[in-house]
Amino acid sequence: MADSKTRATDISYEKPLTGMIRSDRSPLNLKDYRQQGGYQGLEKALKSMSPNQVLDEVKASNLRGRGGAGFPAGLKWSFMPRDDNAPRPRYLVCNSDEMEPGTFKDRLLMEGNPHQLIEGMACTAYALGAEIAFIFLRDEYAVAAANINHALKEAYDAGYLGSNMLGSAFSLELHLHTSAGRYICGEETALINSLEGKRANPRAKPPFPQVSGLFGQPTVVNNCETLCNIGHIIAKGADWFKSLGRGDDSGTKIMGVTGNVKRTGLWELPMGTPIRELFEGCAGGMIEGYEMRGFLPGGASTDFLLPEHLDLAFDYDVIGKAGSRMGTASLIILDDHTCPVAMVKNLTHFFAQESCGWCTPCRDGLPWSEQLLDKIERGEGTMEDLDTLAWQCQFMGPGNTFCALAPGAAEPIQSALKYFREDFERHINEGCCPWH
Amino acid sequence: MTESVLQNALINELSSVERREIEAECSHYPQRRAAAIEGLKIVQKHRGWVSDSSILALARFLEMPSGELEGVATFYNLIFRRPVGKHVIMLCDSVCCWVKGSDNLRQHLCNRLGIQPGQTTEDDLFTLLPIVCLGDCDRAPTLMIDRDQHGHMTAEKVDQILSQLEPSYQPEESNNG
Repeated sequence: MADSKTRATDISYEKPLTGMIRSDRSPLNLKDYRQQGGYQGLEKALKSMSPNQVLDEVKASNLRGRGGAGFPAGLKWSFMPRDDNAPRPRYLVCNSDEMEPGTFKDRLLMEGNPHQLIEGMACTAYALGAEIAFIFLRDEYAVAAANINHALKEAYDAGYLGSNMLGSAFSLELHLHTSAGRYICGEETALINSLEGKRANPRAKPPFPQVSGLFGQPTVVNNCETLCNIGHIIAKGADWFKSLGRGDDSGTKIMGVTGNVKRTGLWELPMGTPIRELFEGCAGGMIEGYEMRGFLPGGASTDFLLPEHLDLAFDYDVIGKAGSRMGTASLIILDDHTCPVAMVKNLTHFFAQESCGWCTPCRDGLPWSEQLLDKIERGEGTMEDLDTLAWQCQFMGPGNTFCALAPGAAEPIQSALKYFREDFERHINEGCCPWH
Repeated sequence: MTESVLQNALINELSSVERREIEAECSHYPQRRAAAIEGLKIVQKHRGWVSDSSILALARFLEMPSGELEGVATFYNLIFRRPVGKHVIMLCDSVCCWVKGSDNLRQHLCNRLGIQPGQTTEDDLFTLLPIVCLGDCDRAPTLMIDRDQHGHMTAEKVDQILSQLEPSYQPEESNNG
């Protein structure tokens, strides 16, 4: 699907993550995967590299976390104690709890090529000296679960998992855990609690999971797309990976577009691709009769950007400087037929419902914000409500909560107040929603 | 009334199949209680929902306080603490589907089934629940029925799926006209 839809430019880019995936997403079995070069990274790591060399290669590649935060993966790993006296067991967890509204990239990777994820996790576990790993998968991804389970059996049988993998001294047990549905499970410490069978409340940090994570043991949690890159980086090297990016960031990224565009979908593009190439080249721009007014660049918890930002390079730091976040690189388009106040209300409803309820700004602030947005959308708001909303965004912002859920939820609200203020004011002045 | 019928059908203890499946999950973790979520899902798979007596039995089996297991059970969206219909329809109400008209789809489903979100039809065939983003956003609007996801939904396609699942749910004349 990713391939057939790619019309970004005439230049054909390397697509390490999705190049092998079939258009109908039927999964590659072990034989298919190996024929296309699969498991060469793991073989190289186990047969000719030390764990530290694997870690150094990933550090040198400048791979940044693909779950949204963009934290350098190698640096994250390096915080785990790995010397001979380090605690055991150590854990690796793949975060496949893909629930950020507008985000559906990990689904493609797991449905279409589960062995790529297993290889990435095996290489990572080797670097970390982790002997137990989990894939934490959202329960709704039933096809992905079936494909992963099948691939796990094949990998165990072929010696890519289990005891003394490929004749080496390294052993890894890899389990699939399917969750029971809560957005907060995507937060890494909440995910760890959930994996322990508890309510998915985030934990206070420090201690960081690399020191005390799952069952109190050193744990690294990485996003699914991040881990899918690792086998390729080991097989082809950090320099190759760096050369894939068109800007400052390395590698490729699976980018998505949703909303009233001509073609919704996913495309694997080099990091640093101008957003316009994704929006116009891949998605074909808006459907006739619709105009783009703005977009959330990286899922529901990112600040709105405007059409004037389309020529920015899709890189973590570039988007950060423009006042938003690259997040999961899934564009959600606001069009001129859609009420921005109602859209923000929908987003806030999601976050209010998915709050775990631990911190007051999140538990109480989000329902309050939703209530105000509802009031404004119905035409019953006052100018004072706009000030209250702006104040709530501060109150829910960074530093006031244990995790990033409320600060993320505040991002679309605060940026909508900045960019679409006249639409909020029209609701108030006209006493009704101009769109309904 | 539905509740009492199902409640009577339940036994106080876990079945041997349930025990075996839960035990296999326990083996992945250093603590039995870590299998709480899998355990709840296994019970739900066999019984359709998780009753009070199942909570007590499962808590005993996992050697954890039943109050804590109840806290886990009520936390997660996909664990049902009340009986549901034969089919559970989960309609995505998150942003991408909303932009693509999921409000109209919900209204249509409510009309067709004669229930509101959170309710079960009188014949116990369908429960309608709102759900957060299903991660199928390029096919918005989307919904999930039982374990199957359906994308690019329209009122007509919804009618088709309902009547395929349950022949008694044929689209009405007025809906076709």
